[in-house]
Amino acid sequence: MEQHIQAPVTREKIENLKAGDYIYLSGTIYTARDAAHKRMQETLDQGKELPFSVKGNVIYYMGPSPARQGRPIGSAGPTTASRMDRYTPTLLDMGLGAMIGKGKRSQEVIDAIIRNKAVYFAAIGGAGAILSKCILSSEVIAYEDLGTEAIRRLEVKNLPVVVVIDSQGNNLYETAILEFCTGGNK
Amino acid sequence: MRTITTQEITKAIKEMCIEANHTLSPDMKAVFQAASQKEESPLGKKILDQLEENLIIAGQDMIPICQDTGMAVVFIQLGQEVHIQGGSLTDAVNQGVREGYAEGYLRKSVVSDPIERVNTKDNTPAVIHYEVIEGEALHITVAPKGFGSENMSRVFMLKPADGIEGVKESILTAVKDAGPNACPPMVVGVGIGGTFEKCALMAKHALTRNLEEPSPVPYVRQLEEEMLEKINGLGIGPGGLGGTVTALAVNIETYPTHIAGLPVAVNICCHVNRHVNRML
Repeated sequence: MEQHIQAPVTREKIENLKAGDYIYLSGTIYTARDAAHKRMQETLDQGKELPFSVKGNVIYYMGPSPARQGRPIGSAGPTTASRMDRYTPTLLDMGLGAMIGKGKRSQEVIDAIIRNKAVYFAAIGGAGAILSKCILSSEVIAYEDLGTEAIRRLEVKNLPVVVVIDSQGNNLYETAILEFCTGGNK
Repeated sequence: MRTITTQEITKAIKEMCIEANHTLSPDMKAVFQAASQKEESPLGKKILDQLEENLIIAGQDMIPICQDTGMAVVFIQLGQEVHIQGGSLTDAVNQGVREGYAEGYLRKSVVSDPIERVNTKDNTPAVIHYEVIEGEALHITVAPKGFGSENMSRVFMLKPADGIEGVKESILTAVKDAGPNACPPMVVGVGIGGTFEKCALMAKHALTRNLEEPSPVPYVRQLEEEMLEKINGLGIGPGGLGGTVTALAVNIETYPTHIAGLPVAVNICCHVNRHVNRML
């Protein structure tokens, strides 16, 4: 099913999403990848506040290439989500609504998704040029010294993503493969 | 004896870094188009169409095909009759990477130390593989490698008794484990034989071979075809969201090995399999 979703996201909206749904996401989202997650965890360990409230928000695992003059951003596709798995359950328990990345998640993350009624979207890996066209603006809001790994606030319009793990824990990566598998993967 | 200056080399590397990150080689485009027609999943087909459109936008608007513009892997075949003038060859290559990644608005993805992890901010150093050959030419291949797929690559030190069945199983294991993480449809580079490091280097080099040219060795060619079919039977599909096109090609290289061993390396590349060749 195709749906249009506005970010930040409400729990009610999230609960209506099913693994396999094709989503056009619009609104405000935040980027964070490896180094930013590590720093956010350190910030929390020190009892300090994160640079943005994760509650109901969407994190896009993405580190863009530099923007050419007159453009909001460079190439901007998803990075592999599993590298963030170690940090993700904490953020989900703090109210993070959704994540956009690519690739498998750990059981701990899936459990935290179910527990908090969150959702994991996949964007198309390696489609950074086309995805950059959905980003209207980009602003570094924290950790500027990390370069491409800084936290950015993005305004996006109709960013195409697919629901991979829904709030009930259904996992498209597992179910979709079975449909097309002809041999040894079953 | 022929003289080549470091300036020429730096200029070539710079241009090749920019070209590789914005335009795929004709063989990649050809296998892509062939794959699109074979995909049976509607979602898989939609993703392949978007990836083709992504390639067009990348070239037209000069936006890198993928934001991971890679660690610059450079193969250099240096004719033994060539004299390099103007300084160190390695410095010249790294200077080309530095200039290419700055002028091409490419992402700087290299950290100076694997543990301390401070970004070098110019994407250097490159990983350079040198080979001395006969003659007076300098062959350069620039292959920027993204790490989503690099992270899913494997080396298997098999026993001779494992034989070709063991090789097949290793390749399938690597691809299955990689799944959606490696941005399928993938290109699979395989090195069989040699030593621990030699098989890994062959697997990397295999990714730079023209995808439309099968191996000249009959049993290897057969193995390439069989593995492509088996991989596509896994059902992983474009984006890992299910489908009949999981790999675009399987390229295999072999080398003599030790009586006690059967090393196999599987270097996985995403569909953005970048490689540009030039001869100076």
